Amino acid sequence: MTRDEVLNLYFLDARSKLIDLAAFLDRVEGSAGEDDFRVRSFRAALRHLSESEREKAKAVLLTLSDPTTEPLEKATTKGAAGAWPQFKS
Amino acid sequence: MRYIEPHAHMVSRVTDDYAAMAMAGCQAVCEPAFWAGFDRGSAEGFRDYFSLLTEHEPKRAANFLLPHFCWLCINPKESEDLKLADEVLAIIPEFIDRPNVLGIGEIGLNKNSRNEIIVLEKHVDLAARFNQLILVHTPHLEDKLKGTRLIIDLLKNESRIEPGRVLIDHVEEHTAPLVLEAGFWAGITLYPQSKCTPPRAIDMVERFGAERLWLNCACDWGKSDPLAVPKTALEMRTRGHSEEKIDFLVYRNPCRFLGQSPVFKLS
Repeated sequence: MTRDEVLNLYFLDARSKLIDLAAFLDRVEGSAGEDDFRVRSFRAALRHLSESEREKAKAVLLTLSDPTTEPLEKATTKGAAGAWPQFKS
Repeated sequence: MRYIEPHAHMVSRVTDDYAAMAMAGCQAVCEPAFWAGFDRGSAEGFRDYFSLLTEHEPKRAANFLLPHFCWLCINPKESEDLKLADEVLAIIPEFIDRPNVLGIGEIGLNKNSRNEIIVLEKHVDLAARFNQLILVHTPHLEDKLKGTRLIIDLLKNESRIEPGRVLIDHVEEHTAPLVLEAGFWAGITLYPQSKCTPPRAIDMVERFGAERLWLNCACDWGKSDPLAVPKTALEMRTRGHSEEKIDFLVYRNPCRFLGQSPVFKLS
């Protein structure tokens, strides 16, 4: 597809999602409490969107992933949080 | 349009979904064994579940002229209990020759624990001994990358397993290249929130090629859409993909992979 065709097909949807992201952060920042690993990971992932790299979706997914390689000793829960709980920066 | 739904948990869906899928062009439904949303109390619960997958669901699907196939296993979410897992693994051979059983699945990892890996190894051994196809579930969200790497390492170290007879499911942009470069088939699951949306799925098809990819809806008891595959096919048309390419991805590809099982026959 040409750049124009991509924009005609997806711009309004992406615009809507962008505003949703902004509103989500407004909601988080307007709420009582501190950022946790999910918000810290989210903000780190957002930085990839304004960079020139080609594989932005992959970069976001990697930022939200557990980077370790050793198996867990035991599964104490079944669910996933969407971000790695030990994420720091 | 014709398509195969290669991954749908119809036990969790209403009969209207079978009707909608048939009307949308579905030619066959394949149902992997999975976590029911709660832990079963004993291996006998799995025996009932395997009976449901091999006896009851095929009859329900047949009302809409849909062939129904299934995969058998104890899923990774119930694999932390090694005693229960061993009891369920012992039951599977009783069902493996049923006429709609495609293979062992969806096995894999959930939280990437040592016990999950032990149970995965036992399933892979079972598949090798009974010469079965394998369908692999990769973990959710932040656990997917690590789990996919562990699964690939485990499978590559098992000399009896041919990568072309294994499909690793729920890939995303960061795991699809790992799976495909290792020679396995890859499945893209179309979910409204987690996993992958139709536009991202088509991006991956365009980027990685359709040779060893399939699309599935994995509809179950959570937020999911049993018509996600035909909706994605429609979006491929809006992007200008040919009918031939769409048919290759949503019909011929699942037929090529599943056709490696003698059980998979369409009239």
